Amino acid sequence: MEPYVLSNWITGLLLAALLLALWGARQSRLWRNAGRQLVRRRPVALGVVAAYALVAGLDSIAWTDPHHEVDEAQAVLLGAPRTVIDRLFPADFQEASYSAPLADFELYGGEPLKHPGRHLLGTDIIGRDVLHRGLKGARVALVIGGLTSLIVLPLALLVGVSAGYVGGRLDDLVFFVMSTLASMPSLLLLIALIMVLGVGTLQVCIALGVTGWVGLARLVRAETFKIRELDFVDAARVLGTSELRIVWRHVLPNLMHLVVITFALLFSSLVLSEVVLSWLGIGIEGSWGRMIDQARTELSREPIIWWNLFTASLALFGMILAVNQVADAVRDILDPRTQAERS
Amino acid sequence: MISYVARRLAYGAVTVLGVLAFLFVLFFLYATPQDMARRALGEKAPPQAIEQWIVNHEYHHPRFWNPEEPGKTLLFDHFRRMLTFDFGRSDADDVPVMRRIREGIGPSLSLTIPLFLGGLFVSISMALFVATFRETYIDRAGVALCVFAMSVSILLYIIGGQFLVGRLLKWFPVSGFDPSPAVIGRFLVLPVLVGLAASFGEQVRFYRTVFVEETGRDYVRTARAKGCGDGRVMWNHVLRNAMIPIITRVVLAIPFLFTGSILLESFFGIPGLGSMTVDAIHANDFATLRVMVFIGSVLFIVGQIVTDICYTLADPRVRLE
Repeated sequence: MEPYVLSNWITGLLLAALLLALWGARQSRLWRNAGRQLVRRRPVALGVVAAYALVAGLDSIAWTDPHHEVDEAQAVLLGAPRTVIDRLFPADFQEASYSAPLADFELYGGEPLKHPGRHLLGTDIIGRDVLHRGLKGARVALVIGGLTSLIVLPLALLVGVSAGYVGGRLDDLVFFVMSTLASMPSLLLLIALIMVLGVGTLQVCIALGVTGWVGLARLVRAETFKIRELDFVDAARVLGTSELRIVWRHVLPNLMHLVVITFALLFSSLVLSEVVLSWLGIGIEGSWGRMIDQARTELSREPIIWWNLFTASLALFGMILAVNQVADAVRDILDPRTQAERS
Repeated sequence: MISYVARRLAYGAVTVLGVLAFLFVLFFLYATPQDMARRALGEKAPPQAIEQWIVNHEYHHPRFWNPEEPGKTLLFDHFRRMLTFDFGRSDADDVPVMRRIREGIGPSLSLTIPLFLGGLFVSISMALFVATFRETYIDRAGVALCVFAMSVSILLYIIGGQFLVGRLLKWFPVSGFDPSPAVIGRFLVLPVLVGLAASFGEQVRFYRTVFVEETGRDYVRTARAKGCGDGRVMWNHVLRNAMIPIITRVVLAIPFLFTGSILLESFFGIPGLGSMTVDAIHANDFATLRVMVFIGSVLFIVGQIVTDICYTLADPRVRLE
């Protein structure tokens, strides 16, 4: 499948999951209140996250220009589908090599640029516009965090709830699998998985998912154990509710706060993990981690080239900081323990 | 107590077998020896070369069942070798993996032990300090600083540290390693500092949560009523009572001292086990990687058992049954 179709498909899936989650949250007063509280406490961080999501969303809408009378070289450039973000920049927005921000000439050699003074953050080693690459990194980061969460959350819920609710042999088996996976050092396991699965967006997300689900599954299993013994579950059973319906209506809603907290905390750690993987050469193409990796020797060049590293790390830092702030607030709002502390 | 430890050990052994089974599925069933050979030799390698590579690296036995020589199977070999710590040779350059590990463990430990002890001391004292002033501006500033520090990728700490201290200020060499005691410090200061900075935020925040939870307890109020000052309450009373979560974290971190720090070692040119892992990734060296995952898990499982035993030593209320 062509990469842009795949990315559109994944973004569509993520968007659908997000809308479903929001629609579900609006149904209950508890979640509406929590949402309102979150907006009141962290308006800036939420805005920053929304801005990143907007850039990522715009970068997923791509279409191909109809061919006019163009020569061979231009047909390649114009024939490829371009996203909305790509269209903010001219089609042939590439120089031969490094150029400083807003420079008129190349950094080495001093040849005049094709687009003098228009590269706001300069160009990288093969002349690509740094601002453009930085913006495109947002989609990659969102796919890493979002797609992996889409693997982790259902898997952990399914395994954790069934182990905790059914108990017995199934629980023993699940506990064994979880302790086996948890005993392998996570970075090493991640590396081993990616080396075996191969490098690619989906493979990296699956590997991150395999290493990431155990933590949540443990929490869910322990919490289900507690909920299973509560009176309202007994009451539902006495009234003749089927087991599946008990799980769906009475157990799952009481686990949702764990899922939301874990999702918020997981997201930033996933994006940061991908940066490390990029540095090891097994990350995802086009991520900020790749940019940082490619820029790591640039600080020792003469004259110093800072704009690549600066753009990628600022974009990364802004996103992680905002997500961490939101995650902190989410935990404070939803975790019953910290609530008791505050009151 | 003894029966508990015995049961715990037995469960640990079963987990080790589980790890081995997982590694077998990953490295022999999902990625077949043919895949490994093709990765090592290139996609266009002739079939004879691939066969030869597989035989040379002893991957030519059947996977599960060998009718001619029972016991000569990949499954059996994999378990026997790992469990007897006979790790064989590297897939990339035929050096015995065990020799690599023996060479790498020294440099790894000389980096990770100062980092571990320093990090423990700095983060616990910082967390105690912040927790003393909980619900004040000092606390809020501390927590904000931690979240800020956590949001920076470790790569930036490394690149930034190398650039600032190594190149601009020229206090320490940017990278390299020399095991002789006179100069080893010069090479280790920068990686240790960078490692401290990178782990600081997350650790302080964790310990702060632990300490703040403890300060609400009755014994703290009693101690204050008897006239204990802030310092004495925090360092004598709270710190001791918070030992259980601290021990859990500390003992479980010890296994990672041996597997080394992958990022710090390879960035600062320290020839430890972390660098070895990175080299294995770049050389498609599955044998070494398998061994590293295995050793890491065995150490972790041992660490877990030690943690459980330490609980009774730290807290007489905990009885293991």
